[in-house]
Amino acid sequence: MYRQATFCEPLLKEKSVAGRTGYSLPEPLGEPVSIPQSLRREELPLPELSEVDVVRHYTRLSEMNFGVDTGTYPLGSCTMKYNPKITEELSTLFSGFHPLQDESTIQGCLEVLYNLQEYLKLISGTAAVTLQPAAGAGGELTGALIIKACQKGRTEMVVPDSAHGTNPASAHMAGFDVVEIPSNDQGTVDLEALKSAVTERTAGLMLTNPNTLGIFEKDIIQIADTVHDAGGLLYYDGANLNAIAGICRPGDMGFDIVHFNLHKTFSTPHGGGGPGSGPVGVCEKLKDYLPVPLVDYNGENYYFDNDLPMTIGKVHGFYGNFQVAVKAYIYAVIMGSDIRTASQVAVLNANYLAQNLRDHYEMPYQPLRKHEIVLSCEKIKRETDCRALDIARRLLDYGIHAPTIYFPLIVHEALMIEPTESESKEELDRFIEVMIQIKNECYTTPHMVREAPHNTAVGRLDEVKAARSPVLAWNQI
Amino acid sequence: MGVYSEKDRGESPSKPSHIPTENLHLFSFSNENLYNLTSTLVTGDSMRYIPNVSEQELMLKQMNMTMEDLFKDIPHHLKREIPLHPPLSDLEVSRRIEATVKKNKTMLSFLGSGCYNHYIPSHIKELLSRSEFYTAYTPYQPEISQGMLQALFEYQSLICDLTGMDVCNSSNYDWATALAEAALLCERSTGSKKFVVSDLLSPFREKVLTTLAPDLEVVKVSHDTRGHIDLEDLKKKVAHAGGVYVEQPSFYGFLHENLSSVGEIAHDASALFTVGVDPISLGCISPEHSADVIIGDGQGLGLPQNFGGPLLGIFACRKALLRKMPGRVIGMTESESGERGFVMTLQTREQHIRREKATSNICTNQALCAVAAAMYLATMGKQGLREVAELCMRNAGYTMQKINEIPGFESPIFDAPHFKEFTVRHPQYAKVHEHLLRHNIQGGFMTDKTTAIYCVTEMHTALDIDALVTGLEGFHV
Repeated sequence: MYRQATFCEPLLKEKSVAGRTGYSLPEPLGEPVSIPQSLRREELPLPELSEVDVVRHYTRLSEMNFGVDTGTYPLGSCTMKYNPKITEELSTLFSGFHPLQDESTIQGCLEVLYNLQEYLKLISGTAAVTLQPAAGAGGELTGALIIKACQKGRTEMVVPDSAHGTNPASAHMAGFDVVEIPSNDQGTVDLEALKSAVTERTAGLMLTNPNTLGIFEKDIIQIADTVHDAGGLLYYDGANLNAIAGICRPGDMGFDIVHFNLHKTFSTPHGGGGPGSGPVGVCEKLKDYLPVPLVDYNGENYYFDNDLPMTIGKVHGFYGNFQVAVKAYIYAVIMGSDIRTASQVAVLNANYLAQNLRDHYEMPYQPLRKHEIVLSCEKIKRETDCRALDIARRLLDYGIHAPTIYFPLIVHEALMIEPTESESKEELDRFIEVMIQIKNECYTTPHMVREAPHNTAVGRLDEVKAARSPVLAWNQI
Repeated sequence: MGVYSEKDRGESPSKPSHIPTENLHLFSFSNENLYNLTSTLVTGDSMRYIPNVSEQELMLKQMNMTMEDLFKDIPHHLKREIPLHPPLSDLEVSRRIEATVKKNKTMLSFLGSGCYNHYIPSHIKELLSRSEFYTAYTPYQPEISQGMLQALFEYQSLICDLTGMDVCNSSNYDWATALAEAALLCERSTGSKKFVVSDLLSPFREKVLTTLAPDLEVVKVSHDTRGHIDLEDLKKKVAHAGGVYVEQPSFYGFLHENLSSVGEIAHDASALFTVGVDPISLGCISPEHSADVIIGDGQGLGLPQNFGGPLLGIFACRKALLRKMPGRVIGMTESESGERGFVMTLQTREQHIRREKATSNICTNQALCAVAAAMYLATMGKQGLREVAELCMRNAGYTMQKINEIPGFESPIFDAPHFKEFTVRHPQYAKVHEHLLRHNIQGGFMTDKTTAIYCVTEMHTALDIDALVTGLEGFHV
């Protein structure tokens, strides 16, 4: 069994001791300046702590957190793969440069951006790439705004019911009406439903392939034709690219716009929820709509290209999460053609789990999956009253992070499991063993499951209370 | 074995006789160049990150499948081999990345304009490299993620204390995207698409605003000789507006002294008042009490410049706007046994629950950057933040005075108090800029051929300022 560290760690404010300091600053230059009374701040209610206090505080908090480096993290659709340490170390070499420096002094930074653009074009089969969007959803919004700019008068975005929530949210933010289409009994896009959904109002279709069930949309060419014939554009949600990177390319499938999650497929750390990076690639005819600037190379120097006549504008203050791009670039350089091996083993690992778990848990739809699988706990819930969220929480007791739960919406009591290529066979076997054990517990000692977790820093938390009477800062306690 | 027949991997790693470190192109995508590149490569393989490469035969045998079987759902004609180099060894990668970094030039820099060089205590870098933090995902499973959740709750609390706002989300991508979200919040709250901005707002942020919120009508209000908002013009333009936005300090570095009047005029017209801030300035400058929303960039709080990203979008507002606020928010609650705990809350505003009806599409944000900012504010504390703010102001004042004494130069051009940035004007400033570059000095950000915005912080010493002054004095037409 696993036991997470538990500290009753006070809040920074509670640890504060008057007069204590944790910093070192140089002497000022020149004369003191006088701040007009109307602007001068009197009260500055920040805590007072020493460096030691701060270091202990955050070290303890870190021990009450679980990362990929701690253990198996099969969070579906999030691609929690191992983050190579060399990329962390080497990326810091670029940390001191300013985004507005003269181009002649930042050729190294520009080379990284240019090469990464080129690499992502090659991997995705697109004609041009922007690295500006700061996360996957930012990439989606960028893509949706490009569709809006070049599809004037078309007001609807088609989204399958199995899509990530960010798809309809991004389409809506870009000003589209969202048209949801149902999946068929294979768990894939229902071609007939798609055909009846597309009209002269259709601006595009947002799709991830493989989809959120981990099933490859084998009719992708017909899907693309249907959308294109209606005058729509095809948007690729790159969240699931880790299944196919180096094997096949969204551009070849007919996708016009592709976003990447560098923090998924290209191994940059998720940071507890960011920073990520969500570059967007487009086909030749949409190139001029990309945000500015792109980075180009004239054979001698790298330079910013602001000359895109139809550009939608800018989607980040500067060039996006540059440091994340550097890490992804280093990963791509290390992996080279082995990016294909990574995808193969990610798919192998997922199917290994599928084959060993589907006698114990229901797995709706076809057996062959790509990088992730979706199990249903509906039968277990009916028979034992233990729900997907209980099973997910019980996994924590065994030192395994929970899968994504209750998603995609088309599977009831869903557990969405993505092992990635980082898990060894021993870890996968242990995951299988623990999953079977938990299922047995549902029938023999259901309270252990329903009351889980027992071994984490805190027990089950009252989320209803948190939402009904929100305490969102310490001054509200 | 594989989806394709296995390609030549090259020889196993051998001792490099000589690795050229200049003029290396890391990626050369044409086959011809790839071949040339391959001949000089020190190759490695990716097994260090993919443990099951050695187990895949065994696993496939157990599954009674081949790797081809696992990919048989992908139409054959879509599969293609992408010309990538063999995987590289750590040594090779390090040499190449170091060679790329050397193409940058390290300069004495006076750039700011949205990305700043501030003191970063060493322990912040150390603590951020705790991999329990940085290799975790968004804390969906609260019981095993208390460390990240408490750290983000403390971030929200510190930002509320710093800005005087009631609530704060756990981050946006950057100031520019936070501005677009603030404008959309104003629209959601008031139903008006009109958003009034100071005509001296950052051109970068303006571009992001108009890109991400293309349906809003952005109206600019003019300024007086001190750079302050022209209140008469504001009164004319504020009718039926949903929001008014001003930056404090302004993009040009001066401090507005009439913001409470601006807030009053906005409120009289039933518009919300949004203020964009540099959080460092709040160490000695009072946050605007009439603001409904305060946004800004937290990059200066413990994050390196990193060529402009990751930054940290601060988003704080009045409690009345809470349920319309974008982004993730962490709340305090209790476990069943009464222990204190933290959870992501008010998720019914978010895309994974509300899909197209969400208040924003944001999913991955800048969580680790928010933690860095909290560590910074905890370290600097009550005294330190005031001291660093006053240092910036005093050093900038000293530099302005020195520059103003040089014949031909005028600094600043706005007759108002300045924080850490200020304008420098010279009839031939573009040539001055080139002159400084030749002396390894990166001057300020040029807004036109005669004007640049300089930034001086606590990181500039008397010697740095002397070098700048000498450089400027050495300019002759």
